Amino acid sequence: MKHTIIGFAILALILTMSQAVQSSNNIGQNKARNKEEVEVIISDKPFDKMMAVLLHKRCVNCHPDGDIPLQGEDSHLHHFDIERGPNDHGLAGYTCETCHSTENNIFSGVPGAPHWALAPRSMAWEGKSRVEIAQQMMDPARNGGRSPKEIEKHLTEHELVLWAWDPGVDAEGIEREKPPVSKEDFIEAVKQWIADGAIIPDK
Amino acid sequence: MKISFKINKEERLVDVDGNTPLLWVIRDILHLKGTKFGCGKAACGACTIHVDGKAVRSCSMPIKMVAEKKITTIEGLSDGKLLHPVQEAWKKEVVPQCGYCQPGFIMATAAMLDKIPNPTDEDIDQNIINVCRCGTYYRMRKAIHLAASLMDKDEQ
Ligand code: FES
Ligand code: FES
Repeated sequence: MKHTIIGFAILALILTMSQAVQSSNNIGQNKARNKEEVEVIISDKPFDKMMAVLLHKRCVNCHPDGDIPLQGEDSHLHHFDIERGPNDHGLAGYTCETCHSTENNIFSGVPGAPHWALAPRSMAWEGKSRVEIAQQMMDPARNGGRSPKEIEKHLTEHELVLWAWDPGVDAEGIEREKPPVSKEDFIEAVKQWIADGAIIPDK
Repeated sequence: MKISFKINKEERLVDVDGNTPLLWVIRDILHLKGTKFGCGKAACGACTIHVDGKAVRSCSMPIKMVAEKKITTIEGLSDGKLLHPVQEAWKKEVVPQCGYCQPGFIMATAAMLDKIPNPTDEDIDQNIINVCRCGTYYRMRKAIHLAASLMDKDEQ
């Protein structure tokens, strides 16, 4: 029995160590992707409308859980080993602006908008539920110290956020999908939700 | 639309549709054929040039975005008669095979060395992401390290 306990202890130690090696190998890379569908609820409630947009790939692709942006309608990892870099704008030798300019490119299909960049790591949305995203978005420790009014301004006025409704065409000339709620309805919903106290439901 | 800019230290003015890719202006209007067309989708890097010192893929940059900016192409990388250290290193390591991708790689490398003067192999892997169909990556890596040391010497 004593031997069995020692055996288990050694096995547990080996497993822990191999996990530590695995996680240290993952530094700077994306974690395994959460491929489960995140639930989107569309209704007339301001919170539902707002979150239906924030969970859309046009938003989540630049809020990845890791250091590699997502791209495309299937949110695959950005081709060409593109990385976040120290300031969320890519690496020293190539930044986001090496390819992305301040507007969509109608010839190459490369999307663009002012301030094209990744959201900071503390604002990763990929794989999170709408409640988790909302909590994170309203938490000054994780949202860049923004007040609810500043969040409202960011969501309703920032050109990069509003790009989601003018996403242009891809390299094959195929239009990118827009969020499931219109820009006007989204802006109204955000303002209403914040005016009502930014209450986050349980689910 | 009239757009003026500096290219390889020369003032130029072109009158074209503002959405015309910079690469087309460089090659077809200004007849600087050193910059290459590979994919036209910002995927291969053959068209890399510098805009205000930063690497840019010119196939995906509309001409209207470079008004009053400074552009450098492979033709203007060296200063006068001397080759740029990256070109010198490329020559010493006999990097090119067919050569098609090389101007883009050289421009991308020069931009990287400006920010990372002594790159590690990892820096090179992360920052030089152009495509070479002849597979000259191994010689490029050697040339990039050599260019870094040549630049280091130049500065001393
Ligand atoms: S031709 Fe511009 S990146 Fe390929
Ligand atoms: S040398 Fe031929 S493609 Fe690079």
